[in-house]
Amino acid sequence: MTDGITEREETTVRAPAIDWIPILLVAAVALIALPLIGSFSTWVTLTMAALAMGMIIFIMASGLTLVFGLMDVINFGHGVFISVGAYMSLLVLRPLTGWVESPSIALNIAVLVLCILVAMAASGLFGLAFERVIIRPVYRQHLKQILVTMGGLIVIEQLLHVFFGGSPITIALPQTFRGGLALGPDIIVERYRLIAVVVGIIVFLAMMLVLNRTRIGLLVRAGVENPEMVEALGYRIRRLFVGVFAAGSALAGLGGVMWGFYQQTLTVGMGLQVLVLIFIVVIIGGLGSIGGCLIGSLLVALVANYTAFLEPKIALISNIALMLLVLMWRPQGLYPVVKV
Amino acid sequence: MFGRVLSGDYPRSPILTGALLLILFVLAFAPFLFTGAQPLNVAAKICVFILLVASYDLLLGYTGIVSFAHTMFFGIGGYGAAIALSRLGPSWAALALGIVAAIAVAGTLALLIGLFSLRVRAIFFAMITLAVATAFLVLASQLSGFTGGEDGLNYTVPELLRPSFRLFAEPIFGTIVNGRIVTYYIVFFIALAGFLLLLRVVNSPFGSVLQAIRENEFRAEALGYPVVVYRSFASVVSAVMAALAGILLALWLRYTGPDTTLSFAIMIDVLLMVVIGGMGTLYGAVIGATLMTIAESYLPAIMGSLGKVGAGIPFLSTLLSADRWLLWLGILFILSVYFFPTGIVGKLRAHWQNKRHGTAQRQDSSTPGDSGNTRPSN
Repeated sequence: MTDGITEREETTVRAPAIDWIPILLVAAVALIALPLIGSFSTWVTLTMAALAMGMIIFIMASGLTLVFGLMDVINFGHGVFISVGAYMSLLVLRPLTGWVESPSIALNIAVLVLCILVAMAASGLFGLAFERVIIRPVYRQHLKQILVTMGGLIVIEQLLHVFFGGSPITIALPQTFRGGLALGPDIIVERYRLIAVVVGIIVFLAMMLVLNRTRIGLLVRAGVENPEMVEALGYRIRRLFVGVFAAGSALAGLGGVMWGFYQQTLTVGMGLQVLVLIFIVVIIGGLGSIGGCLIGSLLVALVANYTAFLEPKIALISNIALMLLVLMWRPQGLYPVVKV
Repeated sequence: MFGRVLSGDYPRSPILTGALLLILFVLAFAPFLFTGAQPLNVAAKICVFILLVASYDLLLGYTGIVSFAHTMFFGIGGYGAAIALSRLGPSWAALALGIVAAIAVAGTLALLIGLFSLRVRAIFFAMITLAVATAFLVLASQLSGFTGGEDGLNYTVPELLRPSFRLFAEPIFGTIVNGRIVTYYIVFFIALAGFLLLLRVVNSPFGSVLQAIRENEFRAEALGYPVVVYRSFASVVSAVMAALAGILLALWLRYTGPDTTLSFAIMIDVLLMVVIGGMGTLYGAVIGATLMTIAESYLPAIMGSLGKVGAGIPFLSTLLSADRWLLWLGILFILSVYFFPTGIVGKLRAHWQNKRHGTAQRQDSSTPGDSGNTRPSN
C-alpha cells in the first residue's frame, strides 16, 4: 500500500516497501494454470469468471477484515448482511420488472444501481442495529463475540425465512446484462462478469482513496495499527468504529446484490455459505489487511475455478488446501497486520 | 467412593444433586419405566448428547476455544461405524475396525487442525473449524459412493443388537429384553463411562492447566505450559469423545446421514446445550442435553398448536410455526450468553453458596476445578 503522507517527508519516515511476492503469486497461479488447461480461450473464460468472483468476494470480505483490524471484533454475523443485501434487491426487482426486462441499457443500469443503493442502505442500518444490540456488550471478549454473533446470524437468517419464505428464489439479470460478449476469436466472456469486475474495481479504488487520501482513512489506518494511541490523541475511536462497521455491513449488502445476480438464485443459507469463503479469504490475506483481502479473494477464486475445471472432486476442498499451504508459508496470512 | 468416581468434583448444590440423580435413575431404568419406542429413543439420544456436549464443554468451557467442527467429529464416528458395517457386514470385527478407524481419523484431524490454527491465534480456530466442517459436510454429501450422499447409509448391526434378538426367554419386570434394550444399555454405559472419564480429565492437573490457559493464556505460557500443545491435546481428546458419541448414535439409529450427524443445526444444538447447562462444568452438559433433547422431542407438537392460535395473523403464524424453532433457539441462545453466562448449573451453585453464606462461613468456595460460579465473565 502506498502511503501519501510519508512521500512528502522522505527524510524522517520511509514508506513501507510493497511486498510483491503475494501479488506475483496470483499471477503465477494464473500462468501455471494456462498450460494445464491447454486451451487459451477456456483459460481466458475461467480467469475472467474467477476475477469477477474474486472481486465480489473482496467486496463482501473487506468490511469483516477492517472491523476486525480496527476493533478486534470478530463478526460471525457478517454473512447475514450479505443475505439481507441480496434479499433487499428483491424489493427493487419485484416492482420494477418492466425495467429489468426492458432492452434499454440505461434502465437496466438504473435498476442495478437502485438495487445496490437499497441493499447498502438496508444492510448498513442493519449493521448499526447489530452493533448496538449484539456486539457492544461483548467488546474484548472473543469467546462471547463468536457465540453471540453466531446467534445473531441464526436469528436474522430465520427472520429472512419468515418474511421471504424458505424456498430458493430465482432472480433474473437485467435484459442487456445477459449472455456473453465476444472479446476476440472464440473468446466469449459473460457480460455480467465484466460488470462485476468493473464494480469491484470501483469499490477497491474508492476504498483505497478513502483509506489513503482522506483524514478519516488516516484515522482508520492508524486505529488498525494502534487503537489506544489514536484514542489518546483525542479521537473517539468508538464513533469511528461504528462508522466502519456500518460501512462494512453496507459493503456486505452490495456484495450480496452482486453475488445474488452472479448465482441468480437467492437462498436463506447463502450468507453462511459465503461466510465460510470469506473467512478463508481473510485468513489467507491476513486478518485486518485490505490489500491481503484483495489478494486472498483473487487467489481463492482463481484456484477454485481452475480446479473445478481440471478436477471437480478436488475443487470441493481446494479452498481449504490453499489456506493450509498459505498458513504453512506465512502463519499470519499473506500480509500480517503489525499490531503495536 | 463417590469422590473417586466423580473425581472429587461434586455437584455442590442440593437441587443439582437431586436433578442429576433423577436423570441417572431415569436413564438407567428407562427401558423398564416407559413403554413404546419414542421415550426410549429420547433416552438414548440424551445419553449420546450428554457425551457429545460434555466433550464440547472440554473445549468451550474449560479451554475457552470455540470450535464449529464438533459435529464433524461426531459424524466421523457415525460414518466410521456405518461404513464398516455396511461394507464388511454386520460382524463385531467390522464394528471394531470402524471404531478404531473413526477414532484414529478424528484424533489425527483434530491434531492437524489444532496445530495449524492454534499456533497463531485462538480466534483462527473458530474460523478454520467452521471452514473445515463445511467442507467435510459437502464432501460427505457429494461422495455418494462412499457415504451414501444425502440419503446416508442404512445398515444391519450385529445380531445381539437387533430387535429380533432375545437375551432372556422370560420377560423381566414385564419387559422383554430384546436387542434394542441391549443396545440401549451399551449406549448408556459407554456414555456414562465416557462422561466419568471426561470428569477425570477436567479435574486432573491437565484440566487445571486448560483452565489456566482459558483465564490467562499469556501467564500460563510464562509459567512454562506450552499453550499450543495443551490446546491441541484438549481438542484431540474432545474430538475422540465426540467420535465415540457418533459411534453410539450410529449403533442406536442403525442409520447415518448428514442430517443426523453433520448438519449445522446439530452444532447449534450442542452450543445451546453447553451454554444453557453452564459452560465450564460438565454437569451443565447433563442438564443442558437432557432439557434440550426433551424440549426438542416434544416442542414441535407444542409449537404446532401455538401456530394454530396465531393462524389468522400474517407472519405471527409463521413465527410460531414448528419449522421456526431455530429462531427461538437463536434468541434464547443470545439471551443466555448475555444474562446467564454460567448457565443453570452456575446459577444453582451460586444460589446454594449464597444460602450457606448466611449460616456458615465459606468453607469450600476455593475448591480446585470450581469454575462454574467463580470465573470472571470472560
